[in-house]
This record gives sequence, C-alpha cells and structure tokens, in this order.
Amino acid sequence: MSVLARVPSVAAPTALSVGPLIGYAGGPSFTLADGPLFGLPLAEIWFGLLFFLLGTFLFLDGFDFGVGALFATREDSAEREQFLTAIGPFWDGNEVWLVVFGGTLFATFPPVYATLFSRHYLLMFAILGALILRGMAPELYEQRHDEAWRRWWGRSFVVGSLTAPFFLGVFVAHWLFGVTALVSLQGLVVGLAVVTLTIVDGAAFLRIKTRGALRDDLRTDALLALGAYLVLLVLTLGLLYASPAIRPALVSAPSIALVLLSLTFATVYALATRADRYYMAVGAAAGLVFALVAVVAVLLYPELDPVTGLTVEEAVVSTIPLNLMTIGMAILLPLIFGYFAVLYSSFSGPAEEGEGY
Amino acid sequence: MIDPVLASRVQFALTTIVHIVFPVLTMGLAPFLIYFTWKDIRTGEAIYEQLRRFWTRIFAVSFAIGTVTGIVLEFEFGTNFAAFSTTAGDLFGGPLALEGLLAFMLEATFLGIFVFGRERVGNALYMLSALAVGIGTWLSAVWILIANSWMQTPRGYELAREGGQPVVTLVDPIAAYANPRFPWMFVHMQNAAVESVALFMAGVGAYYVFRHHVWGYSIENVRFWEATLKFGLLALVVTAPLQVLHGDLYARHVFETQPQKFAAMEAVWETDSYVPEYIVAFPTDVGDLLDPKAKDIFGIGIPGGASWLASGGDPQAVIQGLEEFSGPQPPVAIVFWSFRIMVALGFWFVLLGVWGGFRWWRGDLLTDDLLHKALMLSAPLGIIAVELGWIVTEVGRQPWVIQGVMRTRDGVSPGLTGGEAALTLAGFAVVYTGIFVVHTYVLYRIIRAGPPAVGSDESSGAERADSGGGPTGAGEGGG
Ligand code: HDD
Ligand code: HEM
Ligand code: HEM
Repeated sequence: MSVLARVPSVAAPTALSVGPLIGYAGGPSFTLADGPLFGLPLAEIWFGLLFFLLGTFLFLDGFDFGVGALFATREDSAEREQFLTAIGPFWDGNEVWLVVFGGTLFATFPPVYATLFSRHYLLMFAILGALILRGMAPELYEQRHDEAWRRWWGRSFVVGSLTAPFFLGVFVAHWLFGVTALVSLQGLVVGLAVVTLTIVDGAAFLRIKTRGALRDDLRTDALLALGAYLVLLVLTLGLLYASPAIRPALVSAPSIALVLLSLTFATVYALATRADRYYMAVGAAAGLVFALVAVVAVLLYPELDPVTGLTVEEAVVSTIPLNLMTIGMAILLPLIFGYFAVLYSSFSGPAEEGEGY
Repeated sequence: MIDPVLASRVQFALTTIVHIVFPVLTMGLAPFLIYFTWKDIRTGEAIYEQLRRFWTRIFAVSFAIGTVTGIVLEFEFGTNFAAFSTTAGDLFGGPLALEGLLAFMLEATFLGIFVFGRERVGNALYMLSALAVGIGTWLSAVWILIANSWMQTPRGYELAREGGQPVVTLVDPIAAYANPRFPWMFVHMQNAAVESVALFMAGVGAYYVFRHHVWGYSIENVRFWEATLKFGLLALVVTAPLQVLHGDLYARHVFETQPQKFAAMEAVWETDSYVPEYIVAFPTDVGDLLDPKAKDIFGIGIPGGASWLASGGDPQAVIQGLEEFSGPQPPVAIVFWSFRIMVALGFWFVLLGVWGGFRWWRGDLLTDDLLHKALMLSAPLGIIAVELGWIVTEVGRQPWVIQGVMRTRDGVSPGLTGGEAALTLAGFAVVYTGIFVVHTYVLYRIIRAGPPAVGSDESSGAERADSGGGPTGAGEGGG
C-alpha cells in the first residue's frame, strides 16, 4: 500500500472520513446508511427478486430458445422465415433479462456472483458460447439468400437455442445440488428439463405468431414437449429426493405446493393448447417456468450457495448500496414492464409478411 | 504451466477490444439515426428514408454483435476476476446492474420497434423509439464508464480486510459515482464514438463519390452517397477539433490523478522539468525497441511539450519520473506508443476535417480525388484511435486493477487454473476472429448492396427481391 500515499488527494480515498452524508431518501432524518429502507427485510426481498428475474428471463427468452429448437423441425424456407420473423423484434429485449440477472446478482450478493461464476468457469463460457451462436444467427441468416449460408446460420441458431437452455439448466442444477464436477447426472436431467420447458414455452408463443396449417402442426409439438418436460420433472424430483441434504426442504409444504401448482399449470397448458386458447397456453407456460424457478429458490433458502454455505444474510451487500438498488429497482421495474408492454402490443398477433429482417 | 493471471488479463483485453468496436458504431450512429428519422418523418423526402434505412441496418447488425460480446464481459468479472468482484462488489455491481435496467432494457426493447415496426406503429411512437434507442446506447456508456472511472480514481469508500481479502464498503455514493474521472471519460468517449462514425461514413461515401465523379463509373444512388459523405464530413469538422482540445485537458487531469500512468504515457523515467513531447521517438539501438527503459532515444519533440500538457501551459513544469514509484511499472512501451499514435491520429483527423471543409467551401468536394483517397483510408482509423486510447487507459493503470487499492494479480479468481483459462482464451481467439470477420463481411455486403429502393416494401438492397415466399396468409405487409 506504499504507493497509495503518492496518489494525490483527489484519487485517494478522501471520502473515508466523510461518512454517510446523504439524506435524500425517506423522511428528513433518514439517511441511506441508517438501515434498510422502511425497515424492510431487503436481503430476503432481493433473494426473491433475483429468482423472479431468472424466471422472467427463462419465460421470455424461452420463446426464442423454443422457436430455435422448433426451427430444426421445419424444412420449408418460408416457414423458417416465419419463425425468425416471429422472434425478430423480441429476442434482444428478452435476453437482457439475463444481463440484468447477472448484474443484480453482482450488485446485491457479490460473493455469490464471484464464487458461483468462477467455480463453474467452463460452464459459464459454454453458456456464453451458446448465446453467441444463438444471438448472431437470426441477424446474419437474413443477410444472404444462398443455400450454404442459410444452412450454416440455421444450424448455428438451432444449436445455440438448444445448448443455451441446456447449459443454463446444468448451471442451476450444479448450483442447487452443490455439484463441483464438470458433468453430473443432475446436470443432465435438469438441463434437458429446461430445454423441453423452453420448447413448451416457445411452441405456445409461436402459435400466437403463426396462422393456418403451421399453427395446427405446432399443437402436436407443444403437447409432445409438455409430456417430455413432465417426465424430466419427475426425474428431477426423484434426484432431489435422493439427495439427503435437500430432502427435508423438498418434503416441506412450500415445495409440495409448488409441485402441485406445476401439475395444475401443465393441465391448463394441455387443455388450452387443444382448445386453441393461445394466450392461455402462454400464461400456463409462464406458470410452469415460475413454479420451477420458485422450487429452486425454496430449496436453496436460507443459503445462496450450498458449497460455501453462504447465506442470504451473509452474502448481501452493505446497507447503502442495497438501499440504492432498491430505490432504483422500484422505479425502473415498472418502467421496464411498460417498455415490454409497448413492444409486445406493437407486434401483437401473427407476424405479417414483410416485417422480417 | 500457463499463468491464470496472464491468461485472464489477455482474455479480458481481447474480449473488450473486440466489444468496444460495436458500441462505438452504435453510439456514434445514434445521433445520425435520430436526425435521419426526424427528417424522414417531417419531410418525407426519399433521401432521408434511404439514409435512415441503410444506417439502421448497419446499426442492427452491430447491435446484435455488441450484445453477444457484451454479455461475455459482464460474466468475465465473475469468472476470471472473482477476487476483484468480491472486493469491489459493494460499489461496482450497482452500476452494472443499473446499466442493464436503465440502459440496455430501453435500448433493446425499442430497437425491436425501430428496426421492425415502421409499418406497425405511428409516426410519434416511431420517433420515440428512435430517441429511446439513441438515449439507451448513450446511457449504457454512462454506467459502464462510471464503473471504470471509479477504478481509475476511487473515492467514497471504506476499506477493511476480512481474512486477508480487502473489502470495499460504499460510504458515499455521490463521491464514488460522480468521481473526478467520469466526466472526462464520458465526454472523450462519446465524442470519439461520433467522430469514428463520422470518419466511417465519410470514407464509405467518398468511395462511391470517387468512383462516380473521378473514375466516371455510373453509380446508382449517387445522391445518397454524396449525402453520406457530406454528413460524415460535417460531423468530422465539428468533433475532430473538440476531441483534440478535450484530450489535452484530459491529459492534465490524468497527470494530476494518476501520475504514474502519465509518466508512462510520456516515458519519463527520471523526474524532470522542461520535459519534451516526442512526436516520433526511436531508440537508437533497434534491440531497444521493446525495452521500456531504453534511454538512448532519438526523437523529434516539442521542447517542454509534455510539461506543458501536464500543467496546462507551463513548459517548465516538473513531471514525476517512473523511477520515483516503488513497485512494478506499467508496460511503458505499450502505453507510450498507444498514446503517441492516438494523439497523432487526433491531429490527422483535424487536418482531414479542415481539408474536406475547405474543399466543400470551394465547391470541389466531389472531385478532389486525393481527398477522397485520404478519407477512404481513414475510414477505420477512428475506431483504431479508440482502441489505442483504451489501451492507454487500462494498461497505463497497471499494476493496479483499482488504482492504489488492489493489484490486478490479486483480483484474479483464486481457484482458476491456467489450463481452464488458456482453454477459454484459445476459444475466444477463434470465435472472436470469426465474429470480427463475419461482421466486416456483412458490413461490406450491406454497403455494396447500397441503400434500399425507396417506395418498395421492406426489402433493402437489390438482393432482397429474390427472397422466397413470405409467411402464409400474409396480411397487408409492406407499403
Ligand atoms: C477518435 C478517437 C480518439 C482520438 C482522436 C483521441 N482520443 Fe484520447 N482516448 C480515446 C479516443 C480518442 C478513447 C475513447 O479511446 C479513450 C479511452 C478512455 C477514454 O476515456 O477515452 C481515450 C483516452 C485518452 C487518455 C487517457 C485517459 C485515462 O487514462 O483515463 C488521454 C490522456 C487522451 N485520450 C488524450 C488524448 C489527446 C491529447 C488526443 C489528441 C490530441 C486524443 N486523446 C485523441
Ligand atoms: C471497452 C473498452 C475497453 C477496453 C478496450 C479495455 C481494455 C482493457 C485492456 C487492454 C486490459 C488489460 C490490461 C492489462 O492487464 O494489462 C483491460 C483490463 C481490465 N479492464 Fe478494461 N477496457 C475497456 C473498458 C473497461 C471497462 C468499462 C471496465 C470496467 C467497468 C474495465 C475493466 C477492466 C478490468 C476489471 C480489467 C482486468 C484487470 C486488469 O488487467 O487491470 N474495462 N481492459
Ligand atoms: C468492460 C466492460 C464492459 C462490460 C462488462 C460491458 C457489458 C455489456 C453488455 C452485457 C452488453 C449487452 C447488452 C444487451 O444485452 O443489450 C453491452 C452492450 C453495450 N455496451 Fe458494453 N460493456 C463494457 C464496455 C463498454 C464500453 C466501454 C462502452 C462504451 C462506452 C460500452 C457500451 C455498450 C453499448 C452502447 C452496448 C449496447 C450494444 C451495442 O450498442 O453494441 N460497453 N455491454
């Protein structure tokens, strides 16, 4: 630290002695350093919010991943075009929820962000690689019309859309089960479960965005994916039950309620899909996603990282940044939902010709 | 064995150096697109619709790649610099999260409408989405630069040690986030982005204008390319002098806050007064080319120039030499040369602006072939100057990751092995080369296809006409 002394005053930690000098939130006597805003249990709220962000990401970007997977089942170039047109205006915004999830984890529970991401080093880069393939493909697919170019970017789109949710599932499984190895049975099962869940989600979305025979075809895809997801969900529950550390939390009331809720949503999804109630099917898919993410949260709590045993209270940032983040989130989250409402309502209903890239 | 510290640093350097290219394009294009959209809506003139649609395509491709490369960076703080993230999380995570919430969300949602929604939404919402996208790109810069500037001039925190690990606690958010470096960085960066895009536009425009007016080829859409050249040149005339003026003042601020970095920028080893500013400098012995301590330098310099830069006008001012700082030094040769070339480019852009402006005023802008050639060659140089500037900033900060608080080598993830880091680094070298080649190729194709024929449907470029069938049961698309 000897060099510190040489850094002129402006760069040195001059504010060390300044202490909490701000009082712009709350009542006249309140400063951000006094304690959690309105005495709220902020650590717990942020823990919940974090999984809400993860769920929102999985639900919204699930549309795009599912569309990417279903893209592989279509040979016809017009149909493929239609799939890309369906997600064109949305996928970028949907993906930002992952950025926000990562940023929020960093901002509110930095040690967890640091240990989780560095412990699953190669896995994180696998997710990134998949997102690169998926993210570049739609934009580039449209840049040329020859066969070879489209075949390759089409593949890139499919592979990215399948592997991104798979690796994300592996990541969540390793997080929850505390796996430190590169591959595991739990990772495989949960990874596949997340892939099928995104297809459930994406198929429901696509049925809103398409018409005619294609829309009817997708009914079968949606129901098949739902069946596969339920099988994998049961397997996942079996693995959780087999894990002595997790079993007590699994047989508790909240987890059981969430599992029952999942089954209800699955039923609603199946019925809505058969009855061509498109929006209801998307709603049920959302229910499935959020129920799954909520199970993870319930099983983890009060820990945030089973490997290090860091709890929510231990890992949370100090009072001032937590209060600032809370104020920021309270203002921005409603605004962001507003943006998404404008976006999705501007492009409501089936995609029209000529809207593509 | 490969050193995980070195591999992480090289990887971070590579991934940011690639990432920044795309934000520069999108941030620089934003004001142009807002203007073109405004004029398109207000006047309905074909030229503005062409300008809007052509540059929107380039924006959209660059944005998509900016997104995929940006997510990598956000994850790398956790994967490769876990110790740094733990130490600085209290202060550093917030801006990153806010960048996502406040900036990326705005940008990414309204971009959907801006790129795909001309036929779907009314004029007011369309104009609003152009503004939202533009403001969103600039806000992204605000938050990421707040984070970076705090690493350069950290304030507003308390430092404690928890079991050997330093932990920073945010005590004064205003001091921390409105830190002295931030305004300099933001102005210099944003002006650089607009200047870089101005150079790019002028260069591309000059190519077609040259082929048409000098070589006499018949070029479709000549008026479009002439307009592109003029808009680019106009923006260059405004931004180039500002960048140099501002850069000079900025250098003084760096001298005051990071004297070690400034000494490296000027390669001053011994504390001295009346230090010259070398414009070209060469070790007299070729073997010394990469030796930072080479003292036998043959140089053409402005006497007292560096002192003048440091003090804001006093050629006699004293500059602390690198040898006064104990501990490791930044790699001086890299910092010195990067700074030199950035400054040289800065002056070259001013010259180019003056030259182009003069020709324009004289009325022979469209026929001066030497000017056209100079503009074409300079098209990518703005982005190169940005890269060099960032190298000065980041390499010059070494050995610190947070100036005076934490060393870079202490910031790397403790559990990371050299093998893992080398594996991902090799992966990035391959993938990012691919990304870069594909982006360049796609830009080339977009430019070659030229602006869309206006009045037709959404298709842009001649090629769009052959796209096989649209969606079934299509409605009233196009218009
Ligand atoms: C078009 C690009 C461009 C041009 C022509 C210049 N710069 Fe620059 N410069 C940048 C683009 C840039 C940048 C955007 O890359 C940097 C990196 C970080 C930053 O804030 O701006 C930068 C950094 C940077 C720094 C380092 C700041 C730090 O360590 O934090 C200094 C001292 C200067 N510049 C000074 C100059 C001077 C004296 C110039 C011309 C006479 C000049 N720049 C032209
Ligand atoms: C996009 C423009 C940027 C470029 C081109 C860039 C370039 C670089 C380079 C070349 C290095 C390696 C320095 C070395 O190890 O010798 C580096 C390191 C680093 N930069 Fe940046 N940087 C950029 C922006 C940022 C921003 C905005 C942040 C913070 C928010 C940041 C944070 C870091 C960190 C944490 C390291 C690793 C530790 C270190 O080596 O000091 N960089 N960057
Ligand atoms: C090294 C630190 C950096 C990190 C961690 C980072 C992070 C990110 C992330 C996560 C995205 C994707 C956003 C999305 O999904 O839409 C992104 C895009 C972007 N970044 Fe960076 N970034 C860094 C450096 C910079 C710098 C120095 C600038 C400019 C000053 C910048 C400006 C932008 C902009 C404008 C975008 C929007 C996409 C685009 O226009 O290309 N970033 N960045």
